Amino acid sequence: MKYKSQAVAKPYFIAAIGLFLGQISFGLIMGLQYVVGDFLFPAIPFNVARMVHTNLLIVWLLFGFMGAAYYLIPEESERELHSPKLALAMFWIFLVAGAATILGYLLVPYATLAELTGNNLLATMGREFLEQPLPTKVGIVIVALAMLYNLSMTVLKGRKTAINLVMLLGLWGLAIFFLFSFYNPANLVKDKFYWWWVVHLWVEGVWELIMGSMLAFVLVKVTGVDREVIEKWLYVIIAMALISGLIGMGHHYFWIGAPEYWQWWGSVFSALEPIPFFMMTVFAFNMVSRRRREHPNKAAVLWALGTGVMAFLGAGVWGFLHTLAPVNFYTHGSQITAAHGHMAFYGAYAMVVLTMISYTMPLMRGREANSPAAQLAEMWGFWLMTISMVLITLFLTAAGILQVWLQRMGASPMSFMAAQDQISLFYWMREITGLFFFLGLLLYIGSFFIKGKPATAKDPATARGLASATA
Amino acid sequence: MWFFILAELLVFGVFFLAYAFARMRNVELFNASQLELDRLSGAINTVLLISSSYFVVRAVDHIRHGRSRACAHWLLAAMTLGGAFLVVKMAEFIAKTEAGISMSTNTFYMFYLGLGFFHFMHVVLGMVILGAVTLKAWKGGYSATDHVGVETGAAYWHMVDLVWIILFPLIYVLH
Repeated sequence: MKYKSQAVAKPYFIAAIGLFLGQISFGLIMGLQYVVGDFLFPAIPFNVARMVHTNLLIVWLLFGFMGAAYYLIPEESERELHSPKLALAMFWIFLVAGAATILGYLLVPYATLAELTGNNLLATMGREFLEQPLPTKVGIVIVALAMLYNLSMTVLKGRKTAINLVMLLGLWGLAIFFLFSFYNPANLVKDKFYWWWVVHLWVEGVWELIMGSMLAFVLVKVTGVDREVIEKWLYVIIAMALISGLIGMGHHYFWIGAPEYWQWWGSVFSALEPIPFFMMTVFAFNMVSRRRREHPNKAAVLWALGTGVMAFLGAGVWGFLHTLAPVNFYTHGSQITAAHGHMAFYGAYAMVVLTMISYTMPLMRGREANSPAAQLAEMWGFWLMTISMVLITLFLTAAGILQVWLQRMGASPMSFMAAQDQISLFYWMREITGLFFFLGLLLYIGSFFIKGKPATAKDPATARGLASATA
Repeated sequence: MWFFILAELLVFGVFFLAYAFARMRNVELFNASQLELDRLSGAINTVLLISSSYFVVRAVDHIRHGRSRACAHWLLAAMTLGGAFLVVKMAEFIAKTEAGISMSTNTFYMFYLGLGFFHFMHVVLGMVILGAVTLKAWKGGYSATDHVGVETGAAYWHMVDLVWIILFPLIYVLH
């Protein structure tokens, strides 16, 4: 850690991991509710569990992005953060607001929560993923603005690199597109149209910039490859991501009442969206194989490589699977979507945040890398979580294919619930794999508490993991 | 840059295939709508772009011999023709809009307007790139040994031209 103020990232990362644990717990609850419908009813109904599961995901990733930004921007700009106090104040505001929101979901009926929080002043609630009460939404805007002010001031006065400029652009985009969550027109077509501008333009547009920047930052640090080479890659990747993502968004306009030409534009451009993700994979592996130094933090290198592969599979391949209009006509909103959502969020965004945490946490705790034993536990966590996620995705894909077949094709399609009964085996398998994911997460968290002498670059135990990954 | 150019060609390639596929399913509509297009302005634009591509070749040749000013002049000439292309194309779009035609009129017009506009934006981007290269060449920023920038700009401009050379016969002429 080069600058004292970078340490504000630490509470952000700790909160992120804590909320991640919460997210997975609720995932397990609702995974079970798929097959045991009245599990925990009426305390935690399915719709509430789902809301908590998805909202926690977004909030912990935001915590992760913010922490990453507070660490990365000062280092890249070569100066202290403009105001570490502001960053810490925003942390507490965001944490309290986030916790209050989740408690609100769990303790009062949603309609009461809407009434209590002034939804009648400006109706923004009740839409999937944007369920947050008005004060929470306003809070997110305030926290984001304060963060952007803080980071922009730091960059303006400091060194400007491709990495910090792309990061800043991504974060500004994130904040600007979130504003569409306040726009709630009565016209259902318009409502859905702009709803996607938050829900998917985030992840297939501006978040890709944040991800690319974070990945590039870690790769510069752990491989020692020339910054110039890495920046060139970053430019091409984000150009491709923005072009394919912004127009590729059209794959959401097919069936919501937007003009018909979106079937073509959405299909063609979204079919190109795997390219930037594929480039990220090639980029990560290329940089690691050209590395000029052996970094003692092998776990961070493993996370970086894993992000490339899993983001390409989850966001790229599984997205492409159902993005073409003639395919989507049948698969829209089925378990195929859930399969894509799971692997894409984990592979692209959860993993890139964990990459950043893996690289920075040891540094913030006063060492270049954790002990070999701690890294070994972390790498076991990596493999357990990643393999579990691959299996969850495969089971959900199988469930989705069967669901589409039974419920949407043929002369006499089944009803929704009858089809659900038929695919329950896959839901059970998904739930069991989910438990393994949870174990992996516990092991990952446990690795933070394993002490020992910091690893050096030559440690055989940790070097093995990397060698097998790049072989 | 080569990666970028290949990616661009891939996008257009996919669109051309999509066009062929869509046309196959509705040949009459495509043939009927095609006759409503202004082929003369399309032909003029083809000549403009091919000539501008030749000018860019001249510019590259000059910089290879270290003649910065001559290089900048030829690039400027190429950009002028590029500008003329944009004017002609704009006139075509305005005429279609006035006739009440939009992307929603039918599938043929979706491709004609959509692809035309997409290509239009590429010409604009190509001119921005050529503009930056021209400026640097004018200031003597390139030499006989170091002129990767000129060649890269030229490659992009040829790509824009190449796409039009396929787009014009495909959408305006081929029955």
